[in-house]
Amino acid sequence: MTEQTTATAEDLAAAGADQLPPPKTFAGRYLRTMWTANTVTVTVLAVLLALVIGGILIAVSDEAVRATFSYFFSRPSDFFSLSWDKVSDAYAQLFKGSIVDPAAVRAAANGTGTWERVFFPISETLTYAAPLALTGLAFALAFRGGLFNIGVQGQAIMGAVGAALAGFLLPLPVGIHLVVALVFGAAFGGAYGFVPGFLKARTGAHEVITTIMLNYVALFFLGWLIIQKGIQDPERSDAISKPVDDSAQLTHLLGFLGPSLRVNLGIVVAVLVVAAVAWLLRRSTFGFELRAVGLNPEASRTAGIGVGSTYVLVMTAAGALAGLGGATIVMGTAVSLTGAVIGSVGFDGLLVGLLGRAKPWGVLFAALLFGALQAGGNRMQSFSGISLELVGVIQALIVIFVAAPALVKTVFRLRPAKVSGLGTGMSKGW
Amino acid sequence: MANDDIHLTVEPGEIHALLGENGAGKSTLMNVLYGLLQPDEGEILVDDKPVQIRGPRDAIAAGIGMVHQHFMLVPVFTVAENVMLGAEQTTGGPIGFLDRRRARKLVREVSDRFRLAVDPDRTVEDLPVGVQQRVEIVKALTRDVDLLILDEPTAVLTPQETEDLLEVMRTLKAAGKSIVFITHKLKEVQAIADRITVIRRGRTVGTAAPDTSEEELASLMVGRSVLLRVDKPAVEPGAAVLEVAGLAVNDDRGHRAVDGVDLTVRAGEVLGVAGVQGNGQTELIEAIMGLRPVVAGRTTIEGRPTLGLSTREILREGVGYVPEDRSVDGLVKDFTVAENLVLDIFNTEPFGTRWVIRPDAIAKSARERVEQFDVRTDASGQAAVGTLSGGNQQKVIVAREFSRPLKLFIAAQPTRGVDVGSIEFIHRQIVHERGQGTAVLLVSSELDEVLALSDRIAVMYRGRVIAVVSPDTPREEIGLLMAGVTTEAAGVKDGHTDD
Repeated sequence: MTEQTTATAEDLAAAGADQLPPPKTFAGRYLRTMWTANTVTVTVLAVLLALVIGGILIAVSDEAVRATFSYFFSRPSDFFSLSWDKVSDAYAQLFKGSIVDPAAVRAAANGTGTWERVFFPISETLTYAAPLALTGLAFALAFRGGLFNIGVQGQAIMGAVGAALAGFLLPLPVGIHLVVALVFGAAFGGAYGFVPGFLKARTGAHEVITTIMLNYVALFFLGWLIIQKGIQDPERSDAISKPVDDSAQLTHLLGFLGPSLRVNLGIVVAVLVVAAVAWLLRRSTFGFELRAVGLNPEASRTAGIGVGSTYVLVMTAAGALAGLGGATIVMGTAVSLTGAVIGSVGFDGLLVGLLGRAKPWGVLFAALLFGALQAGGNRMQSFSGISLELVGVIQALIVIFVAAPALVKTVFRLRPAKVSGLGTGMSKGW
Repeated sequence: MANDDIHLTVEPGEIHALLGENGAGKSTLMNVLYGLLQPDEGEILVDDKPVQIRGPRDAIAAGIGMVHQHFMLVPVFTVAENVMLGAEQTTGGPIGFLDRRRARKLVREVSDRFRLAVDPDRTVEDLPVGVQQRVEIVKALTRDVDLLILDEPTAVLTPQETEDLLEVMRTLKAAGKSIVFITHKLKEVQAIADRITVIRRGRTVGTAAPDTSEEELASLMVGRSVLLRVDKPAVEPGAAVLEVAGLAVNDDRGHRAVDGVDLTVRAGEVLGVAGVQGNGQTELIEAIMGLRPVVAGRTTIEGRPTLGLSTREILREGVGYVPEDRSVDGLVKDFTVAENLVLDIFNTEPFGTRWVIRPDAIAKSARERVEQFDVRTDASGQAAVGTLSGGNQQKVIVAREFSRPLKLFIAAQPTRGVDVGSIEFIHRQIVHERGQGTAVLLVSSELDEVLALSDRIAVMYRGRVIAVVSPDTPREEIGLLMAGVTTEAAGVKDGHTDD
């Protein structure tokens, strides 16, 4: 009974003085939560909190530290100093591996080292960040349109396939080949995003279910594809495709400083696409429809917006973004298709999209943070002997704390949240 | 602050009406009494003793019961099961079988004692709204309350059901129970209240006797004198704009909701559709707007068939539409006022094109509309529309629809949950639009509104238009029609046994 719901919403508004009635959609609720909490503070504190818990995990997983437990009450200082050494060393390596190593700068300045080593960490960070920004956008754009795109992984795989096929099957001149391969990546991903969008618009099939299933389809399709004749690398017996032609490989931006600097045009593509999506959301007719449908499909339909066609377009666009993300991997770093060519960049995209609060520039920052953690984690693993999985734990913790700002606020005793729905942003659902 | 320095005294055996506009703070006050909200200052006395009410349990213990506007019933449970919910009693020792027999007996006792006519074994979802409400009352009474709060109880009832409810209230009063009756309907207050407390902007502004005139009560509520009647200049109706013939439409569950409706709305006339909610009015309008598939029949606007057109195309034909449920269908609450003001025209000049929107043009137009339609929000129109009061939200919708030339204006419940001041304003806008030669189709469950605005009234009952009458027809007669009693059958007294 519609009248009753209206009345309840108004009762709530009256009851809570300056509170808004809770938004109806999942996306609306999530965004409301995010905007009402002071986003910057909460994000910074969430990162901090995640690092603290990560530190505890580093300490207790270290055997030398654990040995101090047996005499903890007689000499607790041992435990603390050892833990401190261990954790501070690990995080120092994380920093040196992702931003800059001061020792390398000193060495380069007085001529004993190379500039390649100075730029290596930041190059790694940007290399990892580029596809993450694109897959993060793929999630964020769909999210703003009211869709929960779990299929970023599958769409990114199809994008990688498209780009790779164009990369080693089409004999095209330098320059054009690169653009064509990127377009193929976006097109394959877009087509793969179109399917769940179309199914949702036509049959009401929930995109969460269909995209999860399509992820499997994409994964196993890739596994089948790379052992086919004409695709598989003829010089190899294992499941790997031919390498992408040089003309379709993304140019290494800092290649002149040394071959290990992998950062490539992918990050430029990512930043340009972020700017384009930001413009699309704010200034385009499609962006207006997308946001309206995402926040209130019923009102959008009543105002004459084609909700179904918007869903189809949103999923197609999201798939294209994910496809670009997959393309930048196969054209930038991986070069050949393998079963695990894109790793988990699609699933990580979900986290990046959420951490970026489904806003384009926020997604870019989140991607840089995740890229930095990934790059630093590699160094932390080899220098401090801490497994790379810890980075995954920290990334997950950051997202959990961002998704549950009430938790962060309690831990740091911030002013009580004003909105009743706070902290439930992620728990109620689609 | 929703409540600021409120004083309210309810005597035993008294029906005390709490009158105020939407958002005046009536519900907040009652939520405080029922323990759903905690007061910052002041105290609550029951039988002269101060009490702390921290939740509904405390409230019930203090003898306070509440019937919410939104019924708190489990639809698939029987009446008896609903009544025992939260106060279940068991037999059979530690295993604990629910003692349904005792619950049934209790319901029967209470129902007989207060003449509520509630059958404990019926499933709640099968009961008409008026009876469901009585189940809520039974629920409260079985908890032995002395003070019963009824929050806008008549909003969902037919005129006849309202009469029944007022009768129940008189019985309860005779049995020594006190009742706080929250409403904004002046006629009901005059009919039943012993005393009236008026609340405006969170303050008690006065206590009045029930013989106070409607005009006086209204001006107390709003804080200035209001025009209760709509001045409606005579307009000679022109050619037919909307024609509906043999229209049949199904509801969401696939049941026939509109069953062969014929209607004509002419230029410069208001056709009011009266009827109890749920008799097909919603589906009728949605079908006309292209929002719901049509099973049979046809609709034309100025002679051009509109079946099969998209909602956008129908809007572009020059149709303005105020949907029934503004928070669901009318507005995107997280959008700004400015964005909501162009929700159906953002891609037309001057606000945008096929590809881009022009935020500057949208903002400029918003500033003009906000002023012209007296929307109370910051002048820039950049606040989220959800932060506005119900009346102002509705003004945003009306402003949006009236900001382009219209041939046909369709309004469903245009003033539901809207304060008296905004009702007056919206009614004036509708009459003005009619004066411009626009055809108006008005659907409202407020009979007063239909009577005040319409040139002709179509009464809908169970998906059919059972009569088209003049607005001079006596209220009682239209009330009977709304309950499905047509003139030839009007002799049969009990016309509303079902639905």
